[in-house]
Amino acid sequence: MEKDNQHIILKTKDLAIGYASKKERTVIASHINIELCKGELVGLVGVNGVGKSTLLRTLTNVQNGLSGDILINDKNIKHYTALDLAKVLSLVLTEQLMSKNLSVFEIVALGRQPYTNWVGNLSENDISIINTALTQTNVWDLKHKRCFEISDGQLQKVMIARALAQDTDLIILDEPTTHLDIYHKVSTLKLLQKLAKETNKTILFSSHEIDLAIQLCDRLIVMTPNHVVSDMPCNLITKGVFDSLFPEDLIAFDEKTGSFRVKK
Amino acid sequence: MALSILLVFCFLANISLGSVYIPLNEVFNSLLGNSTQQETWQHIIQNYRLPKAMTAILVGSGLGISGLLMQTLFRNPLAGPFVLGISSGASLGVALVILGSSIFGGVFALFLISKWSIVIAASLGSFLVLLAVLMVSLKVRDTMAILIIGLMFASITSAIVSVLSYFGSAQQLQQYIFWGFGSLGNLSWDELGIFFIIYCLGLIISLASVKSLNTMLLGENYAKSLGLNIKRSRFAIIMATSLLAGTITAFAGPIAFIGLAIPHLTRQVFNTSNHKILLPAVFLFGAIVMLICDSIAQVPNSDYTLPINAITSLVGAPVVIWLLVRKRKMVF
Repeated sequence: MEKDNQHIILKTKDLAIGYASKKERTVIASHINIELCKGELVGLVGVNGVGKSTLLRTLTNVQNGLSGDILINDKNIKHYTALDLAKVLSLVLTEQLMSKNLSVFEIVALGRQPYTNWVGNLSENDISIINTALTQTNVWDLKHKRCFEISDGQLQKVMIARALAQDTDLIILDEPTTHLDIYHKVSTLKLLQKLAKETNKTILFSSHEIDLAIQLCDRLIVMTPNHVVSDMPCNLITKGVFDSLFPEDLIAFDEKTGSFRVKK
Repeated sequence: MALSILLVFCFLANISLGSVYIPLNEVFNSLLGNSTQQETWQHIIQNYRLPKAMTAILVGSGLGISGLLMQTLFRNPLAGPFVLGISSGASLGVALVILGSSIFGGVFALFLISKWSIVIAASLGSFLVLLAVLMVSLKVRDTMAILIIGLMFASITSAIVSVLSYFGSAQQLQQYIFWGFGSLGNLSWDELGIFFIIYCLGLIISLASVKSLNTMLLGENYAKSLGLNIKRSRFAIIMATSLLAGTITAFAGPIAFIGLAIPHLTRQVFNTSNHKILLPAVFLFGAIVMLICDSIAQVPNSDYTLPINAITSLVGAPVVIWLLVRKRKMVF
């Protein structure tokens, strides 16, 4: 691999994910070795139920891995305090906001929580970071709107702005394109691509939009029940990884267009 | 700012109004330590009206704030200070003292049913329920589970109270019901002092929780990703509520409605969910509404004193309904 000069943000060593209770261990995926570099846009794809969410939950320390290590900036994720982790890793989740009465500015401002004092007062520096985040995600005009007044697509951008304001090396998004129409799916993913380039942050997202991910991502992590592969999209196509992604009875991967076709 | 002035005005008006009307300027004189025209006025103000007005402020603001904390913590607009079973715990304690004396006889019969025994019983009752809820809150991951467990505690205690009332005498029942009406008066300066100290503790913890409350507006998982220690913040918030609502119930009885309605009223008026604004606003609104309700309950220039618990709902509910209908949009 010729990326010695690139800084590795996230790295897993022989990671196994799944659920462990007192009686049994359910392994969902094992021998996961992935490396995410600075400024990369990375898509995580795989069939429903293959364990994408479990992987994301493990990478974000919401749940524990079964074995192996996760290193963020060469430091084991287990050695981070919650607050320190919040300074290197931010999330965009699928869950609904509890209060939609917050203004867009207030939501984005909450991204500064790990840095503010005990009452959460914003410094000038905080405010300028918030404003930059609002501009970068093209939601500056909405900043005084309340969240129930804006569309789902806009809200998704606001949540991305919030993650940007958290000022972390790594942003992880859980299915950021669900509930959006094709135009807004593309616009959200294009935005992520632009942000990865401009801010040099590493952005990892899970998605079902495999064809869009192939076109836009620097790297894809493909999860199948047997193994987890991470490579550049074109290499993955040549290796024929996508052919085995889904059961072959209904759809087939077309290498020329890089998309799935319904079998007639 | 305008609210603070309104609060001072309500405070003075509350002291001035009652079965005996005392002119406002005389109230001023008395509060500033000067002598008043009639010596009885001085006596009424210092020993009765002033402690009562201060109690009203503590009760109103305390219930409002604990209601706000619970609504944010449980992401539920129907939550109030008593969702954790604090008032039911207190009711159980009081019911045991008042109604239980006939069943258990002996020990309780010796134990005079004085005001202090009721305060102690109410504190003990709410403290035990609170302890149970706090232990649960440290074990349970899901905040909603705590809410349901609180409701279950309330059901259990109200069932025990029902059984006790079945065996109670008519006189005891009346005494219990009167406690349930709530009362702001009857507090001596000593009692008010203890009340105030515990209240301040609760208030300080609430203030220290402002940042975590705001973070929680995003939802628990986001809050966690922002580095918030959910269990510790949750513990602090429940602790603050218990201190505030617990001592209020112990000293003033289970005063309903204020804790549920004041946060809504404030959110509608200020149109914000930011706790840095909400917390002080709820404090002021709670105190003002309580003072007004108490002034009404005293029925100026008459000898009647209506149950404060009824007045708070009678006055407050229409206001909240009116606000919700007028704005057509619930702010939460």
